[in-house]
Amino acid sequence: MVDDAELLGQMLGGDEAAFSELVHRYHATLVKIAGYYVKSYASAEDVAQDTWIAVIRGAEKFEGRSSFKTWLLRICTNRARTLGVKEHRTVPTNPMESGPTVAASRFDQGGTWSDPPVLFTDTVDARLDNSFLVNAVRNAIASLGEPQLAVVTLRDVEGLSTEEVATLLGLSEANVRVILHRGRAKVRGIVESAMKGTKI
Amino acid sequence: MRLMPSPLACRDAVELVSDYLDGTLSRRDRRRLEKHLAACDGCQAYLEQVRATVAASGRVGPEDLSDDVVEGLVNLFRQYRSDN
Repeated sequence: MVDDAELLGQMLGGDEAAFSELVHRYHATLVKIAGYYVKSYASAEDVAQDTWIAVIRGAEKFEGRSSFKTWLLRICTNRARTLGVKEHRTVPTNPMESGPTVAASRFDQGGTWSDPPVLFTDTVDARLDNSFLVNAVRNAIASLGEPQLAVVTLRDVEGLSTEEVATLLGLSEANVRVILHRGRAKVRGIVESAMKGTKI
Repeated sequence: MRLMPSPLACRDAVELVSDYLDGTLSRRDRRRLEKHLAACDGCQAYLEQVRATVAASGRVGPEDLSDDVVEGLVNLFRQYRSDN
């Protein structure tokens, strides 16, 4: 796979296919991250488009001190934050939810599993098809609400560090960890349900 | 005399798994969790489920975009190039 920096270089030379490839790689992520700050999906789409316009106009100024991805996400969050303020949107900076992440009904009174999980690799679909798990995870992440959607996307899908996620979203690292924990637990639960009944 | 850390119930162990995978648990909690995992098949399976979930998240490729979105942005790119 051609790396981002190389695509950016080709784009600066006027290569439309290189620009199109960068759009394919990151547009959906930009919409998700913008959704953390703004009120509607339409607003998030607008922010993502504005981000690309800023990239088109400012690509020559990119100095490579950070990765292209970090630079791009920073442009996006700055714009989304500005629009969110205009929209008077209250950004969910706290983990929001509390309580157990696994249903109490899965444990007995002493807190020991009464309905223990099984390895995903012990399910029929996961054995038959390696992409089954990835597709199930993709769908589960897409069903998350904010702030979990933005945090799980940045940390686990895009592979940013907890520190980078905290900086981009204006959260403390402790809050990122709590939101990530809850988001991962939710994704795991949805994937587990999707695989129910396929146990070997 | 050092106090022995209290044993974990499965219900509490699952709440430590994400930080455990990221290496951000305190030493005390890490020891408590590892001791519990060594004796608990259910929690081992839970840990592996979360580990598999995180690994699969990293393999989620870019989503399919509608042609309209891509074409619209490529047109903006083309226009900017021709104006400058």
